[in-house]
Amino acid sequence: MAIKMKKKSTSTDMTAMCDVAFLLLTFFILTATAKVPEVMPVDTPASTVQTKLPEKDLATLTVGNGKVFFDVKGKDVRKRTLELMSNKYGVKFSDDDQNKFASMESFGVPIQSLKQVLDAKPSERKNIIQPGIPKDSLDNQLAEWIQNARLANIELQDKELEIAIKGDAKEEYPVIKRVMDILQDQKINNFSLVTGLRGKEK
Amino acid sequence: MAELNTGDSGGKKGSGKVRSKKSNSKVDLTAMVDLAFLLITFFMLTTTLSKPQSMNLGLPDKDPDKDKNIDVKVDENRTMTILLGDNNKLVRYVGLLATPVSGGAPKDFAYGSDGIRKELLSRKEAVLQYTGNKDKGMIVIIKPSKKSNYRNLVDILDEMAIVNVPTYAIVNEFSPEETKLLGESASAEKTAPAAVPNP
Repeated sequence: MAIKMKKKSTSTDMTAMCDVAFLLLTFFILTATAKVPEVMPVDTPASTVQTKLPEKDLATLTVGNGKVFFDVKGKDVRKRTLELMSNKYGVKFSDDDQNKFASMESFGVPIQSLKQVLDAKPSERKNIIQPGIPKDSLDNQLAEWIQNARLANIELQDKELEIAIKGDAKEEYPVIKRVMDILQDQKINNFSLVTGLRGKEK
Repeated sequence: MAELNTGDSGGKKGSGKVRSKKSNSKVDLTAMVDLAFLLITFFMLTTTLSKPQSMNLGLPDKDPDKDKNIDVKVDENRTMTILLGDNNKLVRYVGLLATPVSGGAPKDFAYGSDGIRKELLSRKEAVLQYTGNKDKGMIVIIKPSKKSNYRNLVDILDEMAIVNVPTYAIVNEFSPEETKLLGESASAEKTAPAAVPNP
């Protein structure tokens, strides 16, 4: 008798478990978003602080090699930002261009040559050399982008846009300071610094 | 249990065909479940970990008009100034540069738990004992030089968060003496503390 009982307990019905496992698996696969290759990969410094960035209402300024790239989350916000920018600088974009811009990731070109980037295929965009968004005092397009993105976000989402700076670890401080100054000129005194996760070995 | 496949199902004495059909209907799902859970774990971890970490930074208001007028007076015994130089150099002094408090003369430190963190922790205690007031803790002034890089800044801000320094500020103004301190101590590292006249 005892031996028979043992035999019974060794194999359980796996069907239900398998069902649940695959249901969850399907869910996670579908919710996972494919990672788009970054135009400018940066090596973010590590920190022990663990605050997650918000998913929306966020603008990311990627800083590396003295160049600044700009990115805003949300398709409609991006579209509206581009509209405001094209009004400001008198550069026309077709509807097709606007749609392309909405689904694009970060970019780093002056607005005058933005169309070239938009015309290229997504797979070829990486090959275009992007000089970064002008940020000197004569041609401060970066400030305009930030300003207009904030306007667009308030208009559409009714929320203040949050700004995150994603700097390369080797980036020299003056460039970061310049970006922070641009933010502070617009009275943005609170922003996030994107960091990697540091291990617990310290 | 239905899936229990004991070889001798007894009662039926039919042909072998029936038996082989029966054994086909039961597949061992263990390996499949293993695989499914492995993939679940993978996707769960990648989706949550891919969200970038961030560190919040609040800067004081910048107003060119008021900037020069309002100078907040602070007790120099509570302040520690950290200068960030090139090549991961870090110099700190406590109090005023000309008249540092005892043990607070400019000195080189390394980043990380063995270097500046120990100093910050001990100095924090000392300041609390000095003021005797929990609301009046240490004040750290961070001065990143033009040569310092972004990693240094994030590292030192991280230390502030770890040590839990109540008040810290990033200041961009460098006095000539401070520049000298970073420059000189870079060339003669061991004699750096002696390079400053200590009254």
